[in-house]
Amino acid sequence: MSIVFFSIVVWIAAWALNVKLANGTASGTRLVKVIVPTLFGLTLLLVWEMLVRGLNVPLVILPPPSLVIDTMADNLAILWKDFVQTFLKGALRGYLIGCSAAILTAFLVDRFDFLSRGLLPVGNFIAALPIIGTAPILVMWFGFDWQSKAAVVVVMVFFPMLVNTVAGLRETTAMQRDLMHTYAARPAQSFLKLRLPAAMPFMFNGLKISTTLALIGAIVAEFFGSPVVGMGFRISASVGQLALDMVWAEIVVAALAGSAFYGVVAIIEKGVTFWHPSQRGS
Amino acid sequence: MTQKLLPILTVILALLAAWYVAVVPMNIKSALTTAERAGADVVPAGAKERRDLSTIGLVAKNSFAIPATFSQDRPRLPAPHQVASELWKTTVEKKITSKRSLVFHAWITLSATLLGFAIGTGMGILLAVGIVHSRAMDMSVMPWAIASQTIPILAIAPMIIVVLNSVGIQGLLPKAFISAYLSFFPVVVGMVKGLRSPDRMQLDLLKTYNSSALQSLLKLRLPASLPYLFASLKIGIAASLVGAIVGELPTGAVRGLGARLLAGSYYGQTVQIWSALFMAAIVAASLVALVGLIQRLTLKKMGMS
Repeated sequence: MSIVFFSIVVWIAAWALNVKLANGTASGTRLVKVIVPTLFGLTLLLVWEMLVRGLNVPLVILPPPSLVIDTMADNLAILWKDFVQTFLKGALRGYLIGCSAAILTAFLVDRFDFLSRGLLPVGNFIAALPIIGTAPILVMWFGFDWQSKAAVVVVMVFFPMLVNTVAGLRETTAMQRDLMHTYAARPAQSFLKLRLPAAMPFMFNGLKISTTLALIGAIVAEFFGSPVVGMGFRISASVGQLALDMVWAEIVVAALAGSAFYGVVAIIEKGVTFWHPSQRGS
Repeated sequence: MTQKLLPILTVILALLAAWYVAVVPMNIKSALTTAERAGADVVPAGAKERRDLSTIGLVAKNSFAIPATFSQDRPRLPAPHQVASELWKTTVEKKITSKRSLVFHAWITLSATLLGFAIGTGMGILLAVGIVHSRAMDMSVMPWAIASQTIPILAIAPMIIVVLNSVGIQGLLPKAFISAYLSFFPVVVGMVKGLRSPDRMQLDLLKTYNSSALQSLLKLRLPASLPYLFASLKIGIAASLVGAIVGELPTGAVRGLGARLLAGSYYGQTVQIWSALFMAAIVAASLVALVGLIQRLTLKKMGMS
C-alpha cells in the first residue's frame, strides 16, 4: 500500500513542479516548453508503474511500462519484422500509390471546372465515410499479403488527398491569375509557378492527414486476414493469448512509427512551403 | 440549384457507370465457370486454362456471359443494383427486430457510437476548459494531445475490448469507450482553439466589467468557441462510428455493422459486406448531416452565420 501512497506523492510533487515552471519567469523559454510535457509524460509512466505494482493489477489487464520495455527489448527481431511487413510494405507503398494517384487525378479534374465543382462535395462526402469497412472486400480481392493492405491504404488516403489538392488548386485569386495573364504566361507556366505552389499548403495538409490514415488502414486490414507477421496480426493474436505486454509493445512501435512518419512529412512541408504564414514562425 | 446539383449528379453517375463496367471483368471468371458447367461453349475451355488469362481478353472472347456477371450469388464485385436490392430487402422488408435486419444491426452500432460520442465530447470540452484556464495543464497536456493525433489509436481497439471483457464489462460500453477515445482528441484540439478565439479586446472588456473567470467562460469563451466545436464534432462523430465498427471486429461480435462485415468476409457473402458498408455510409452521412443541421440552426440563432 505504501507504494500507492508514494505514487500519489510523486504525482503531486511533479505537478507542483510543473505549475511552478509554467507560471515562473522562465515559462516562455524553449527549455521549459520541452521540460514540462516531458516531465508530465514521465510522471504518468512512473505513476502507472507504481500503481500497477502497488495494487497488484493482473498482467492480463494492464502490464507495467517496465515489462513492456523488457518485452520490446526481448522481441526486437519480431517487432522489426512486423514493422517491415505493415509499415514499409503495406502502409508506405499504399500511401505513395494512393497519394500520387489522388494528386494526378486532381490535376486532371482541375482542367474542367465542371468536374471539380462536382467532385469536391462528392469527395468530401466519401472522405467522411467509414472507408476502413472496405478492408474485408480488398483482403478478399488481393489476398492476405501486403498487397491487400496497400490497397486498403490507397482507398483510405485517396479521397482526403484528392479533395485537398483540388481545393488547393482553386485557391488562387482572380487578381493573381490576371497577373500571370498579363505576363503572357502559358497555362503550364501559370500552373507551375502560381497554382501549384499556392496549392502546396493544402496538399501537405492532405499528406499529413493521410500518414495517420495509412497506418490505421494497414493495421486494421490485418484484422481481416494476414500472413503470420505484421503489427495488426500480432496485436490480434497477442490479445487472443492475453499477452498484453506484446500488444503494448506493438502499440509503442505503432505510435513511434506514426509520429515519425508525420514528422518527416512535416519537415518536408517546412522546406517546401517556407513562404507560408503558418511556417514563418511567431 | 442546378448550378450546384448538375456537376454533383454527373460525378455520381460517372462513378456508378465505372462501377458497372468494373463488374464485368471482376466477375467474368466465375461466370464463365458456371456457364461451362451449364454446357455453354467457353473460349478457352477449362477453368484452369483461364486462371492466368487477362479478364478483359476473356470478356472480349466470351461476350455472351456478360449479363451473367451482374446477377451472381457471390460475386467478387456485386453490381450496384444487387447491393441496392439487398439493402432494400434487409431494411424495409424485414422487421426491425429481426437479426437479419440491417436497421437492427445499424442501431446496435449507432447506440455505441452515440454513447461514446457523448462521453468523448463531454470529456474533451472539460479538458479543453481546463487547458485554457491552467497554464501548467496547457503546457503539460497539449503537446501530448496533438502528438496523439498522429498515432494510430484504432490499433488498441482489440485490447480495450478484451481487457474490459475480462473485468466483466461487456456489450455496449467497450465499443462506446473506443468511440469516446476517437472523438476525444479532435474535440480537445478544436475546443482549445475555439475557447482561445476571443481577442484581447473582448477579454479586456469583460475584465472592465469585473466579470469572474466563470462568467467570461460562459458569456464569451463558450459562445465564441461554438463554430470550432461544431467543426470538431463533425470529425468526431465520423471517427466515433469508425471506432464502434472496428470495436465489433476483434471479439467476433454477432450484432452490429462490424459484425456483419466480419461474418460476410468469413462466409464470402460479398453482397452482405457491401450492403453493410453502404448502411455504415448512410449512418455516417446522416450523423454528419445532423451535426451540420444543428450547427446551422444554432449559429443562425446566435447570429454567427
